[in-house]
Amino acid sequence: MTVTGTSSDPLDLSAGVLVAGGGPAAAWAEYKAAQAGADVVLADKGYCGTSGATASAGTGVWYVPPRPAERERAMASREALGGHLADRHWMARVLDQTYEGMGELADAGRYPFPPDGEGGQVRRGVQGPEYMRRMRILLRRAGVRILDHSPVVELLTDEDGAVAGVAGYQRQRDRPYRVRAGAVVLATGGCAFLSRALGCDVNTGDGALMAAEAGAELSGMEFSNAYAIAPEFSSVTKTAYYSFATFYREDGTVLEGAGSQKGRSVIARTLLTEKVYCRIDRAGPDVQRAMRLGQPNFFLPFDRMGVDPFTRLFPVTLLLEGTVRGTGGIRVADDECATSVPGLYVAGDAATRELVCGGFTGGGSHNAAWAISSGTWAGRGAARFSAALAPSASRRPLIPAGGAGLRPTGRPAARDGYREVVAAVQAEVHPYEKNYLRHGDRLGPALANLHATWDRVRSSLYGTGAGAVHARQAAAMTAHARWMYTAALARQESRGMHKREDLPGSDESWRRRLLVEGLDEIRVRPDPVAPVGPQEYADHLRAAS
Amino acid sequence: MIEIVSRDRCVRCDICVKVCPMDVFEPGTDGVPVIARQPDCQTCFMCEAHCPADALFVAPLAGPAPAGSPYTDEAALVASGAMGRYRHVIGWGRGRTPGSRLDKNFVFTARLAASGGEGPSRTDASGDDAGVSERQPEAS
Ligand SMILES: Cc1cc2nc3c(=O)[nH]c(=O)nc-3n(C[C@H](O)[C@H](O)[C@H](O)COP(=O)(O)OP(=O)(O)OC[C@H]3O[C@@H](n4cnc5c(N)ncnc54)[C@H](O)[C@@H]3O)c2cc1C
Ligand code: SF4
Ligand code: SF4
Repeated sequence: MTVTGTSSDPLDLSAGVLVAGGGPAAAWAEYKAAQAGADVVLADKGYCGTSGATASAGTGVWYVPPRPAERERAMASREALGGHLADRHWMARVLDQTYEGMGELADAGRYPFPPDGEGGQVRRGVQGPEYMRRMRILLRRAGVRILDHSPVVELLTDEDGAVAGVAGYQRQRDRPYRVRAGAVVLATGGCAFLSRALGCDVNTGDGALMAAEAGAELSGMEFSNAYAIAPEFSSVTKTAYYSFATFYREDGTVLEGAGSQKGRSVIARTLLTEKVYCRIDRAGPDVQRAMRLGQPNFFLPFDRMGVDPFTRLFPVTLLLEGTVRGTGGIRVADDECATSVPGLYVAGDAATRELVCGGFTGGGSHNAAWAISSGTWAGRGAARFSAALAPSASRRPLIPAGGAGLRPTGRPAARDGYREVVAAVQAEVHPYEKNYLRHGDRLGPALANLHATWDRVRSSLYGTGAGAVHARQAAAMTAHARWMYTAALARQESRGMHKREDLPGSDESWRRRLLVEGLDEIRVRPDPVAPVGPQEYADHLRAAS
Repeated sequence: MIEIVSRDRCVRCDICVKVCPMDVFEPGTDGVPVIARQPDCQTCFMCEAHCPADALFVAPLAGPAPAGSPYTDEAALVASGAMGRYRHVIGWGRGRTPGSRLDKNFVFTARLAASGGEGPSRTDASGDDAGVSERQPEAS
C-alpha cells in the first residue's frame, strides 16, 4: 500500500452495482447484490468494518420471531411514539427480512451470538466491532471489491438523468476515481453535523446532497433533532443505560422530570443555564454486571476517567445525532428501495426511516433492522436494474451531477473555506434552543442564516482533491440543515421527535409525511402516499383475501 | 482522542492506518505510524480494538489531552493495564472469547421491562436504544 505516494492517474472502474457507504446498510446491499449475481464495488469514506454509527457502537435489533401475536405487539407498540406516520406494510416486511437476515448473520456470518440457555441464541442485538468485522469477512468471501478511504464525491448521470456511476477521491492514494455502474446504492448514513457523537463524524449527509442533485426527494426531514446523552467531554453516546440514572442540578438536588427518554428535554433546557450531573444509581449488582458485558464501550470513558458511574456524580452533555438517530432521509419510492431517479437506490440512515418507525426512533431497534432490510432490498433491486440494462449502457456518457463545493457559480473562495461553512451550520443546528427545543420564532431566523450560508456555498465554496471531500461535506451539511428547518417550519404541529414549543399539540390533518426537494429553491409538499396504519392495513388484508 | 502510539509495542503492521475511519494516521518512515491528523480523531476507539499489539491508547476526551495529562503518560498507562483493555473486553486476540458471546444485555433488558411501566415490547430493545417507554414522550 502506498499511502503518501502521489499518483495523478485516476482510477477507472466499472461495475454492475456501486454501493456508496461502509456501514451495515452498505454491507447488506453489497452482499445481496453479489448474491443476485451482480459484479459489485463498495466505496466507503472510511474503512468498511469500522466506519459509521454501528461499527463503534453496536445496536439492538428489531428481531421478533414470526409469531403473529408478538409481531402485532411489536408493531403496535411504537405507532403512537412515531406520530402514526409509520407504515404497517413496511413494518411487516422489515420484521420478516430482519429475522431472515439475523439468521444469515448467525449461519453464514458466524456472528457469535450469546446462548439463550435453551440451546438457541439471543439475536436481539449486536456489538458493533464484531458485527462489522464479520460483515466484512462475508463480503470478502462473496468476492466483492472494496475501496476503503474512498469517499464518493458526486453522482454521474447519463443524458436522460439516470444514475450511471460515481466519482470520488481515494485519500490514502491521493487520486481521484470514477466507477461506471449500472445502478448505484446510496448507503452513506445520516448526518450528525460533525458533533463528535460516537462514530458519527463520517456521517455528514453526503448521500442526501448527491441524491437531491440528481433530482430525488427527501422525506421526514423535520425528524432530525435526535440528541444523545454523553458524559461531558466524551464521545460515548450510548444512552440505554441512563434509564437507570438519576439526574442532578449543580446544587446536588434531583433534577425533577429529567430522564433518559421522557425527560431528555428537561436536561436540554437545564443545560442552557447550568451543568447537569448524573449517577446510574438505580441499577443493582446483577444489572451492573450485565451492562458491562453488554456494552463494554459504554464504560470506556468512565473507566479511563476513573469515575464509577454507579456511585459517583458525573457531568453530562447532549450531543446532536441529527438524522442518524432521527428518521428523515431520502424518499423511498418503491418496495425495492428505489428513489424517484432511475438507477438510484437508497438504504439505511441515508433513507427515510419513517416507513418503519414514523417520526421517532431511539428505542426498539428499528434503525438496525431497517439497515439490514433496506440494504437487502436496495442491493437486490440495484442488481436487477443493472442486469436489465441494454448492453449499450456501458457506453453511456457520464455527466457529473455535483454542484455545490465542486462547481461554484462565482469566484472560488480560499481552500479552507469549508471550515467557516461548517462553523456557520453548526451554530444553527447544534444549540438546544434552536434544534431541540423548537419554536417558530427561532427556526425562522436560523433558516434565514442557513439560506445565506448556502448562497455563499453555491457561489464560492470550492475544493479539489482531498479538498473536494471537505467542501462537499460542508455543502451537504448546509443543504441538510436547510431541509430540516424548512420541514420543521412547515409542520405546524408537534409530532414524533419534532416538538414545537409554539405548537405543542398534534393535529390529525397533519398525519402525513412531508416531502422536501430542491437545492437553491426548496419545495415542501405532503406525501401523496398516506401512511398505512393498523386500520388501513387490516382493511387491505381483508380486501386481498 | 488518540494520544499514544507505543514505539515499544508497535509491530509495524499498519493496521491502524488502514482501519481508522477518519484517516488520522500516516505510515511512519521507520514503520511506526504517526498521529498525523489528531484533530480529525472522533474518539471511536476502533484503532485500539484492532491493534494486535496493544500499542495504541485513545483518551476518553473528545478533545486533545492537556499537557501533563495522565492520558499521555505511556509508562503509567502500561503499568495500569489501560493499554489494550478495550480489545481485551471485546474478546479480540488469540485465545479470547468474543465479548458478544458473553453479552448479557438481555438480562438488563428484562430487568428494565420488569422495572415497571414498560410494555411487553420492551423485549425488542436489547441494544443501545433500549430504555424507551411506550408512553408518548413528553410534549415539550
Ligand atoms: C451510539 C449509537 C447507538 C445506536 N444504537 C442503536 C440501537 O441500539 N438500535 C438501532 O436500531 N439503531 C441504533 N443506532 C442507529 C444505527 O447505528 C444506525 O441506524 C445504523 O448504523 C445505520 O446504518 P448505515 O449503514 O445506514 O449508516 P452508518 O453505520 O452510519 O454508516 C454510514 C457509512 O457511510 C460512509 N459514508 C459516509 N459518507 C460517504 C461518502 N460520501 N462516500 C462513501 N461512504 C460514505 C461512512 O464512512 C460509513 O461507513 C445507534 C446509533 C448510535 C450513534
Ligand atoms: S495497529 Fe498497532 S501494531 Fe499495527 S502499526 Fe498500528 S500501532 Fe503498530
Ligand atoms: S479513535 Fe477512531 S478516529 Fe481516533 S484514531 Fe482511533 S480509529 Fe481513528
